[in-house]
Amino acid sequence: MEIIKAQHVNFYYGSFHALKDISMEIEEKSVVAFIGPSGCGKSTFLRLFNRMNDLIPKTRLEGQILINGQDIYGKNIQVDQLRKEVGMVFQRPNPFPKSIYENVAYGLKVNGIKNQDVIEERVVESLKGAALWDEVKDKLKKSAYALSGGQQQRLCIARAMAVSPQILLMDEPASALDPISTAKIEELIRELKKQVTIVIVTHNMQQASRVSDKTAFFYMGEMVEYGRTKDIFTNPEKEATQNYITGRFG
Amino acid sequence: MSTLSFPENNSRRKTLNQKIAFACCFALSLCVVLVLASILLFIIIKGIRVINWDFITQAPADGMTGGGIFPAIIGTLCLMAGSAIVSFPVGIMSGIYMNEYATNGKLVRFIRMMTNNLSGIPSIVFGLFGMAIFVNYLDFGDSIIAGSLTLGLLSLPVIIRTTEEALKDIPDSMREGSRALGATQLQTIWNVILPMAVPRVITGLILSMGRVSGETAPILFTCAAYFLPQLPSSIFDQCMALPYHLYVLATSGTDLEKQQPIAYGTALVLIIIVLIINLAANGIRKYFANKVKTN
Repeated sequence: MEIIKAQHVNFYYGSFHALKDISMEIEEKSVVAFIGPSGCGKSTFLRLFNRMNDLIPKTRLEGQILINGQDIYGKNIQVDQLRKEVGMVFQRPNPFPKSIYENVAYGLKVNGIKNQDVIEERVVESLKGAALWDEVKDKLKKSAYALSGGQQQRLCIARAMAVSPQILLMDEPASALDPISTAKIEELIRELKKQVTIVIVTHNMQQASRVSDKTAFFYMGEMVEYGRTKDIFTNPEKEATQNYITGRFG
Repeated sequence: MSTLSFPENNSRRKTLNQKIAFACCFALSLCVVLVLASILLFIIIKGIRVINWDFITQAPADGMTGGGIFPAIIGTLCLMAGSAIVSFPVGIMSGIYMNEYATNGKLVRFIRMMTNNLSGIPSIVFGLFGMAIFVNYLDFGDSIIAGSLTLGLLSLPVIIRTTEEALKDIPDSMREGSRALGATQLQTIWNVILPMAVPRVITGLILSMGRVSGETAPILFTCAAYFLPQLPSSIFDQCMALPYHLYVLATSGTDLEKQQPIAYGTALVLIIIVLIINLAANGIRKYFANKVKTN
């Protein structure tokens, strides 16, 4: 079952044609990696799935993006509701300047959950799910800023997972982290895919090959190739893909 | 193989330059502190003699050559409170609008230009405007409400600008992080952005209050009473105010010689009020800064 379906997507920043006629389908509870050189449009494409690009002025979208069969750019879509279903983790850890507990509880609170017991239960569950619980269980009231970069990023994952999204978008989630923290995030991704569909943008091709089921290669605003990760990395169809994964450019 | 060398001449000159630059900066900062300290000291020495319990709790007496300045203290506090009620919400919300909501760059630039111009207008002009609009056209008469509105207008630009700057300094990653969780823009501003901006917004509010407490010209035509021993009973009454009282004591009245010490006492009280506000605001600022960090 595909959960995300993009049909002939074109996207413009002002007059710059950033995404060119992209169509793809993403299956439920799978991990899809977007790879490609900087500026190829992979992050832009990712940010269309939770309408994050709406926050950028003078952008324009053509084509359709369906999630669970529903056009998310349709007229009666509540964007805030959509973003609850499609969570996001950013390149740099961006915890709020609040306590660890409050960071995870935030998404629940803004989505109208008031019952403290429910919130606490979800917070604990999410922190456990993000493999952070053992490290922070004694200092939930401490500032999130007291955590290391890798811990902060896992906190952001916990924060995103707390509102029980169906899809989790990850925009180079490990690019600002050291190798050990990166390994933890990757392990987490493999664990989380049991619950959610994950779309991850990455610069790191080993990472893409380690965590993803399918991989899409983007170049100059076009999706050059999309297929099973194993095939993309061992036997790509297009020459551009071959050149990129063997490090000839990018 | 070449050896690394550190030409001593060069480095000695650099060190010297460094020292001279440091000395200049230090000396000039010291000048500022000295000037400030001497003004304060001067006022304290001249003013401390007349200050006692009666001075701050009694009305002026004997043709302003005796008694206290109680009505003027109350008047100034009323004006500060009144102008705060006007300018805090309007100023903060304008700042929020300009940085968080407005998408039309031209409109924002226009509003910003206007607020900048507003802050450059001499305060006496505000006084004249206040008299024309609040006192005459809206028929409030010389009153606390007219004076408060005028002072409120005067302090708006500072509040708007500091609010805007404070919000601008908060990284977009905070906004994105919150919006990505399904928070609305309002929830984001209220729960994440504003708490982070509060310490700096408060700085703007303090600055504006300091200015409001000391302004004479805007209340000259709109509110301030030359001599009014009883306290105002409503916001449509006139009141005395410390800076105007100071001006009266120093320039007119029955006996300038006898009034002079009272004038210094008044100045000292004014400074103390501003100091208290600053300290209180500092406390609030620290409280919020801590809250943002750990809570």
